[in-house]
Amino acid sequence: MEETIKFQLNGKQTETQIDPAQTLLWALRNHFELTGTKFGCGMGFCGACTVLIDNEPVRSCQLAVAEVAGKSVVTVEGLATNGKLHPVQKAFVEHDALQCGFCTPGMIMNATGFLMKNPSPSVQQIKEGMENNLCRCGAHMRIIEAVQTASKELKGGK
Amino acid sequence: MKEEKIIDQNISQTSEAHGMPRRDFFKILGGGIFIFVRPWKVLDFIGLPAEQARGVPKDYNAFLRIAEDGTVTCYTGKIEMGQGIITSLPQMMADELNVSLERIKIVMGDTDICPWDQGTWGSLSTRVFGQIMRTASAEARGVLLDLASKQLGVPVSQLEVRDGIVIDTKDSKKTISYAQLAQGKKIEKFLDVKPSMEDYTKFKSMGKSYNRSDSAIKVTGEAKYTGDMKLPGMVFARILRPPSHAAKMTSVDYSAAEKIAGTKVIREGDLVAVINEDRDKADEAIVKIKAEYSFNEVAVNDKTIYDFMLKADSNAIAIRSTGDIDAGQKLCDKTFESEFHDPYLAHSAIETHTALAQFENGKMTVWASTQSPFGLRENIMRELSLPADKVRVITPFVGGGFGGKGEFQQGIEAAKLAKLAGKPVMLMWTREEEFVYDTFHPAGVIKIRSGIDKAGIIQLWDYNVYYSGTRGADAIYDIPNTKFTHYTQKSGAPPVHQFGTGAWRAPNNNTNTFAREVQIDIMAAAAGTDPLEFRRKNLKDKHILDCLNAVAEKFGYVAGKSPSGRGIGIACGADAGAWVAHMAEVKVDKSTGKVMIVRIACAQDMGLCVNPEGATIQMEGCITMGLGYALAEEVLFEGGKILTHSLDVYNIPRFSWLPKIDTVILDRKDQPPQGGGEPAIIAIGAVVANAIFDATGARMYRLPMTPERVLEALKKI
Repeated sequence: MEETIKFQLNGKQTETQIDPAQTLLWALRNHFELTGTKFGCGMGFCGACTVLIDNEPVRSCQLAVAEVAGKSVVTVEGLATNGKLHPVQKAFVEHDALQCGFCTPGMIMNATGFLMKNPSPSVQQIKEGMENNLCRCGAHMRIIEAVQTASKELKGGK
Repeated sequence: MKEEKIIDQNISQTSEAHGMPRRDFFKILGGGIFIFVRPWKVLDFIGLPAEQARGVPKDYNAFLRIAEDGTVTCYTGKIEMGQGIITSLPQMMADELNVSLERIKIVMGDTDICPWDQGTWGSLSTRVFGQIMRTASAEARGVLLDLASKQLGVPVSQLEVRDGIVIDTKDSKKTISYAQLAQGKKIEKFLDVKPSMEDYTKFKSMGKSYNRSDSAIKVTGEAKYTGDMKLPGMVFARILRPPSHAAKMTSVDYSAAEKIAGTKVIREGDLVAVINEDRDKADEAIVKIKAEYSFNEVAVNDKTIYDFMLKADSNAIAIRSTGDIDAGQKLCDKTFESEFHDPYLAHSAIETHTALAQFENGKMTVWASTQSPFGLRENIMRELSLPADKVRVITPFVGGGFGGKGEFQQGIEAAKLAKLAGKPVMLMWTREEEFVYDTFHPAGVIKIRSGIDKAGIIQLWDYNVYYSGTRGADAIYDIPNTKFTHYTQKSGAPPVHQFGTGAWRAPNNNTNTFAREVQIDIMAAAAGTDPLEFRRKNLKDKHILDCLNAVAEKFGYVAGKSPSGRGIGIACGADAGAWVAHMAEVKVDKSTGKVMIVRIACAQDMGLCVNPEGATIQMEGCITMGLGYALAEEVLFEGGKILTHSLDVYNIPRFSWLPKIDTVILDRKDQPPQGGGEPAIIAIGAVVANAIFDATGARMYRLPMTPERVLEALKKI
């Protein structure tokens, strides 16, 4: 039942034999051993499994791996370049925008995709853009601040 | 290697009763200087109330090691679940040992190499364990100074330590490092009494803000949680669950499940599970199992539970009383009777209960998301009839606990399944399992009868709490005539709680503080007194008064009789040795009943604040999480079934709910450190309820304050 699926994963062309019906979440976690993408609910409600597909934040628990054929998938492991944190990751560290850290990869991927579409968001727009990513520790205030900081850095081209 | 043993007194040679013999972990850890502490004695010394010391073993159970490279390692049975002790415990050690933070490592929650610990809860890590580690660190410094004194030929009084280097104050060329002192040695020191700890005026690290030390690996996906572990041959398990807690399986047919590729069904009694190398396939297979159950219909539901509690045959336990409430009644000009209801709440950590178990060569190793690695180990020992040295629990990063992971059913299940399957088993509860098998914050009823005299002084306080626990039930106000009664489950009577209940961040205190502070507000309004002034008039506790004054200043509070229409509320309380006061401003949409929180300020007296940044994060987290129980969270159930079993129907706080948050931590460097992970959540229900009253005149007696309930309360004005 396995098929060959080709797609770009964290910037690298990937060709793999895999059950095409497997969810992208479990394919990433178990097959590719990229465990930064978390299982939080498996129903698309929490956002802990958010990855970028062609720069769009998508809940990886809600689609089959076959659906990313020919597309580009970026997970939290693929954000930093040459050991340098992505501005969104850096801002999360600077603002201590996390506690347990379990929702953090999904928050960071969602924020990254959101800032690509809206590089200069207002606080209200950040809240709306992040609304469906859940955090139980209550890091929300700092996450908003981190997204603002990242937005400035991304625009500054640093 | 030179072996020395410096033994103080009353030595119990090992912590073998609790697990690995010490000789084994020395084999693993190598040489250096080891300091063991018996917390019992330290607790006596630091004067902790007996109830906090209860459960702490009398064995030596904290230790640190100074390795031959000069690094200092703290071995602790505590775990990191977001609360930040991974950063603050090393800060506490750094100051006692006079070393920089970079030299300190921390090993957490591994039952083979960490000393026994009761569990990470109750805001005890800093105020109890932290004090123990400070003691051990101070002792280690003493040992090192003794060694340095001998080697340098200089009296200890003439030595000082700068970042791990011992220096002769009279000849700065004479130095020796901790690394040099620890080399080629194995020194064990058992400590029963408290040596002098560093004076707070000399702190270099404690009291300063540090960012989280684990954030760099948490933003890259590198940080490992239990579910991220992988072992060769590992399979994912899904367990067959009954339709309700009370259901008993009468028949089961798993032939269809076994047809799913790669699936195996394993069973031991009522424990039926599917295993598959592919988690999606395990998910597919589990729903193919057909099972029938018998169960008695449970009549009570989320609406009738309060009445059920009040009518149930209970034990009435007198907690304490002062004066005479009948005499108090006679002094009252006005009396007030209120009944408050608080529902069951779920913990809803984003990481579900997860465990990976491996049974190899007769030894069970379980990686688990748990707040209690030693509790889990003891339970696995019992359930699987294994001795202590054949069970190891390892705790990777925990993705949120809030009390819910003090329970560890998943760890026992994974261990059983791994033994049955003969291969490593990963068990990651689904969100639905998380909601159903959670140990909920208990629902409860609180009835208060209170009264004030003509001068607005509280003369009467008759406080009755039903089934939801007494933490935070203290009056905190100075009331001459009080009576506190706790109604609890009577043995032999039908169980009042229909599900497992347990600790939920600041257990019981959210319920008690809600009821007390709303009742205080009711009396302030009836007295025609500003609610801040009313509190000041009726309480003498300096800690709380200081918090009230500090929050009023931060908030920019202007006195006014409630309801003022401004939507400003006040509440205060005490938890985990700390004191808090909150103020909130809300807007209420009177047509929809929807409450919007504009801003919340909180002042906290937590004694010495080890890491103000970390403590501030905890306060913000408490305030944000508290909005959930104040406004929306409630476990709904009917006929024994949990109805709120997904995150679209059980509403936890989201970004759009977020008010402006301001926090103040009072400067109390001269005081012992207290809890910081829970206090700031206790008053959120009350402060919001009191603000709703101030905005509208509607009094809220029921949590959560949903739009429907606010509309209902508005109709009663």
